[in-house]
Amino acid sequence: MPHRTFISFIWPSALAMLLFIALPIVSVGMQSLFIAHEQVIETVENCGPFGCKTVEMVNADATAQLRADEPLGRFNGVGTYTNRNHLAFAEIRLALAEASGPGDFANRVLNLPFYKALAFTLTYTFVVTPLVILLGFFIALAVNRIPGMFKGPTIFVSLLPMIVTPLIGSLVLFWMIDSKGIIGATLQMLFEDPGLSLKASSTLTWLTLIVYGVWHSAPFAFVVFYAGLQTVPQDTLESAMIDGATRWQRVRYVVIPHLMPLAVFVTLIQLMDNFRVFEPIVGFNAQANATSLSWVIYNDLRGSDGAMLFGSAAATSMLTIIGVCILLAPVVIRTWRANRRVA
Amino acid sequence: MNKVSKLAVSAAFVLASASSAYAGCGIGSGSAKLLANDFPATQAIASAATACDGGGASVTANLNKDHKDLIVAAFTANPPEFTASHVTNSTLVAVMNDGLAQPLDDLIAKHGGGLQDMQMITIDGKVMAVAFMANAQHLFYRKDIIDAAGAGVPTTYEGVLAVAKKIRDKGLMEYPIAGTYKAGWNLGEEFVNMYLGHGGEFFKPGSAQPAINNAKGVATLNMMKALTEYMNPDFLTHDSNAVQAEWEAGNVALTNLWGSRAGAVTDGEGSTAAIEGNTMFAAAPTVSGGSTPATTLWWDGFAVAKNASAADAEASFIAVMNGISPAMAAGNADAANWLIAGAKARPVGKGVVDSAAGGASPYPMLSYMGTMHGAIGAELADFLQGKESADQALADIEAAYIAAAKEKGFL
Repeated sequence: MPHRTFISFIWPSALAMLLFIALPIVSVGMQSLFIAHEQVIETVENCGPFGCKTVEMVNADATAQLRADEPLGRFNGVGTYTNRNHLAFAEIRLALAEASGPGDFANRVLNLPFYKALAFTLTYTFVVTPLVILLGFFIALAVNRIPGMFKGPTIFVSLLPMIVTPLIGSLVLFWMIDSKGIIGATLQMLFEDPGLSLKASSTLTWLTLIVYGVWHSAPFAFVVFYAGLQTVPQDTLESAMIDGATRWQRVRYVVIPHLMPLAVFVTLIQLMDNFRVFEPIVGFNAQANATSLSWVIYNDLRGSDGAMLFGSAAATSMLTIIGVCILLAPVVIRTWRANRRVA
Repeated sequence: MNKVSKLAVSAAFVLASASSAYAGCGIGSGSAKLLANDFPATQAIASAATACDGGGASVTANLNKDHKDLIVAAFTANPPEFTASHVTNSTLVAVMNDGLAQPLDDLIAKHGGGLQDMQMITIDGKVMAVAFMANAQHLFYRKDIIDAAGAGVPTTYEGVLAVAKKIRDKGLMEYPIAGTYKAGWNLGEEFVNMYLGHGGEFFKPGSAQPAINNAKGVATLNMMKALTEYMNPDFLTHDSNAVQAEWEAGNVALTNLWGSRAGAVTDGEGSTAAIEGNTMFAAAPTVSGGSTPATTLWWDGFAVAKNASAADAEASFIAVMNGISPAMAAGNADAANWLIAGAKARPVGKGVVDSAAGGASPYPMLSYMGTMHGAIGAELADFLQGKESADQALADIEAAYIAAAKEKGFL
């Protein structure tokens, strides 16, 4: 393709990507390097319905000038990245020096908010992604086998979990797994344990979130694989049958290799999606037991009354982007190598 | 059309024309855009304030449960997205930290004739907000259950534990206590209440340095942990809505819930007459031999955005004054503990009044309190689940607070 043609094709998307992806990331990156100005605190008298008291409050006029001079705030370098609420270098160093063993070290690290969130985020990503691919694949195989007239309704029903908005889906399930909800009460009966609650312990909360994640994302994998199944070459399948291949052997040696590029695609999308897990944590009120990087960003932006931590949220966002890049690197490199071989 | 409905229709017309005669409320120009939380009291205020809409004046109100997350952003815009907003002890501080509210002294001199002195929230001699109601978490108890357990109404948290034990031992309820222990703001608020009940201080005097890692902090945590032993194991997911639902379902006998919920659990909806009839209110209990109820007093009021134009600010203030008028309070006497002149004390408001009379502290109006509150809410859950010691939890809170306070420029 001549360069001119290529450029005239590509420039609208390149411009859009620059404007809507690259620039915001640069802006967030800048924000993460700055913190608020030093506040000028003064002691003032505060009176109201419950009497008078002297309180320390910010003198907003005094800080307004500072802010007008340097609207971004004070330059803090990577200070926000390394502080206790993010990578916590000082705390990790201390833990390394003082920990009595690997178990104690792990406990100390997992007590830090960023690593606590990272632990759940990674567990969720690496458990949900393969399960989604497996489950989606088997649903696709099953749906592909059922008679034509049932296919439409079955596909529709299978897609429902993905159609439901994640926040609403998780809220609905949150009430269903309540100890008085239909699922919660049934589980209590099945396990004959009236005290059983899926919301009370970390393990069960993690399990609930993971099950929810698989339930929600499996339809996506199913739909992609189902589309792929329609293109499996019938000749090859028939030859395999003539050669005496069992059903499983046909799936293993014909269908799976044919669907491999799609599996790579689903893996990429799922890794990205699952690394950003957020809505179920809000929907399930799970923040006491499970937090994710996205939830940490959300909490910085609206955790307490108006005390928003923009720099902190920006730093966690950048770390999330880096995390996604690291996660995707192996898959992307593999695909790139494969493409080069083809070329 | 029969006579009665004709009468009703004509009455409606008379009312409509009467209210349109009042529309405008004397607002000459400018528009008022009000933001407020969404509960019965603010609904009554909003409908009274928006009655001024029309006749050259534009008054709109947005009631939103997430209003506290919107105020700062709404007031920062110029012109502001909302010209006046519902504020409380804590949210007014957030607004003041960025210098986003305007002093109301001139407007009060012009239009604030009916205000009582105690309604005026002054900071450094300037009125920054006008309050309309008081609120506090206080004791809700089920008289029938406590009687059946052969206990009296507890006035201390130690007593609450003893009553809960009796209720459980008698087999009346497995989890007699409920609390707004949802990780985050709610859990932070429970700690603040209990810690102030122990007479604790959050900061070293005159500075933003945290000072909660002490014996009072440990005692606070241990009391909270002891209470959770009598709570539904899901307590870390329970906010006010969930506690209200548990209460109305008759699953709990003791809770320290917001005064603004007292009307809702006795309104003849969502519960049985037996439960509602036995729902009683009292001051928040004291703790650890202290003399003041372990709760914080809150006021709810309105502040006007600094960025609002003079005309808009005046229009907003007039609309707010109509919203929080004595007539509105008289017509909605049961909706809240009004601070408005002439408002009668409501029977279900006893808990808030008694807590205030008992000398409970107001929620601290300190610039860095919001940051502290956030750190507490985020770091306490591990302790309550038995994953770490009280000392470790308090150290974690201080460390999380210090990191955030440095970023906010307080340290």
